[in-house]
Amino acid sequence: MTTKWVLRAFALLYVGFLVGLPIGSIVWRALSPGISTAFDAVTTPAAVHALQITLEAAAIAVALNTIFGVGIAIVLARHRFPGSFILEALVDLPLSLSPIVVGLALTLFYSSREGWIGPWLSAHGITVIFAFPGIVLASAFVSLPYVVREVVPVLQEIGTDQEQAAETLGAKPFTVFRRITLPAIRWGLAYGVLLTTARILGEFGAMSVVSGDVIGQTQTFTQFVNDSFSNFDPNGAYAGAVLLGLISLVLLGLLSLSRSKEGAQ
Amino acid sequence: MSIEVQSISKKFGNILALDEVSFTVPAGSLTALLGPSGGGKSTVLRIIAGLEVPDTGSVFIDGQDVTHVPARSRGIGFCFQHYAPFRHMNVWENVAFGLKVRRQSKEEIARRVAELLELVRLEGFAKRYPSQLSGGQRQRMALARALAVEPSVLLLDEPFGALDAQVRKELRRWLRELHDKVAVTTVFVTHDQEEAMEVADEIAIIREGRLEQVGSPAQCYDQPASEFVFTFLGPATQIEGSWVRPHDLVITRHPHEGSLPGTIERVTQLGFEIRIEVDLDDGKKTWVQVTRHAFEQLDAEAGDVVHVSVARSPRTEKALVANEAEPLDAASGTPDLPLDAPARA
Repeated sequence: MTTKWVLRAFALLYVGFLVGLPIGSIVWRALSPGISTAFDAVTTPAAVHALQITLEAAAIAVALNTIFGVGIAIVLARHRFPGSFILEALVDLPLSLSPIVVGLALTLFYSSREGWIGPWLSAHGITVIFAFPGIVLASAFVSLPYVVREVVPVLQEIGTDQEQAAETLGAKPFTVFRRITLPAIRWGLAYGVLLTTARILGEFGAMSVVSGDVIGQTQTFTQFVNDSFSNFDPNGAYAGAVLLGLISLVLLGLLSLSRSKEGAQ
Repeated sequence: MSIEVQSISKKFGNILALDEVSFTVPAGSLTALLGPSGGGKSTVLRIIAGLEVPDTGSVFIDGQDVTHVPARSRGIGFCFQHYAPFRHMNVWENVAFGLKVRRQSKEEIARRVAELLELVRLEGFAKRYPSQLSGGQRQRMALARALAVEPSVLLLDEPFGALDAQVRKELRRWLRELHDKVAVTTVFVTHDQEEAMEVADEIAIIREGRLEQVGSPAQCYDQPASEFVFTFLGPATQIEGSWVRPHDLVITRHPHEGSLPGTIERVTQLGFEIRIEVDLDDGKKTWVQVTRHAFEQLDAEAGDVVHVSVARSPRTEKALVANEAEPLDAASGTPDLPLDAPARA
């Protein structure tokens, strides 16, 4: 009995001090000048534009990583081929790679002046680094593993029996995917998409290398928060931070809601 | 529709799963692919279905070469060993799936599904999800789903393997009745010889990727093509170097024509049947299966001297002749039973 309470107290204290109190203090600090001040701080043209850039890049990168992520997951779960371990390692790489390395790698490859294919792209009117495409690429790069990692185990768990059963019943490959595979993986996929989105919204390191951080043009929302903080605009910084946190909270809430519905079925 | 499997071979990596297997399934029959686990019988079934492609050889359904036709266009119904229910669909949606992908009208689908659910006795379960069904109910749902598309051929992989003994016996009888009602050419895989003998019209026995024998249950039982078939299909024992069924042995207290003397080593009662293990004087052991009544008449116990011989009847004559004519070569891949062997070599 006492062990139970001691354990609970330890868990609460640890997580409380590590996560709860610091987050609480930032919320407190953001709201202490008044809600309207906080609201004004994140509705300046620069803040709105930065949020827009981040959300647009996230939308594209999430769509890309959802489509390709499911495809890669099917390849990894269902096909063993020489070199499949290389694919697996490359997919996992962004998990362990520092975002700053991601930013540098992208710059080296795509930079208009000295990148491997940057000058060629530039000659065709496409600028990647210090522009929106670079932000999308960095977003997709750092968040690549999440959909794949969530979907592969689900695919392995359901096996191929249901898909083969659908095939014997006359379903064409795309129908099998849409009517059998997709519904079977939907919760793993939803969780993967949530993690992908959260990862992209919070990305700072890679962005600070590739975006160029031009206010009102290529500044992302995390950069807005960072710049506000370094430029002695604490209201903007804290309100922005709280807004980022709120978005994550909403995403988490949506997911647990849909999961509990699934469980009830 | 008849099915013809023509010298199919299949390798998985370095393992030869099937070695030149050929047989014919007559239209409208109920055929069992019987053999020990891992012998390749499921692979044969999956090749007929189009879920695997043979390395060499061909598959014909109703005379058409379907070897390279995708599973979805073969007009087959397939029931998986663990039923493969669509977990996110209820029973009604599971059964309707094949009709929906065939773009049947709503009324037609509703009519057909209702009919099938009645056939498999799941009328009250249309709204249930597979997770809310028992094993036997899931099995019947899978059958209804496969029958919905009116397949020309129904293929069942270990249909009763995952069920408990009681449900299994019930479903066996039910499958036999269903087959007589629906009259679709049916092939099922089983490792249980009793199941094959009880349900099937025809049995194809497969071991280690080779076909051992094809024939009716009685033919396979009484005229086994190999020692393996003989021992696999029923109780077997040896006397004077020949394989016999223990219930085809005569046991007496006094010597009789052609009998061998021996001593009773052990007597075991299995309900109505008595199993008498005998140490023969030639140094070999054998066992005799008798009824309780016959055992009481014999009036013997462990340690008593008895005399054993093979009962002479037209059936055992045939078996003995077959045994002598053909040395029991377990590896014979092409059993030469003129009735059921494929037309080609």
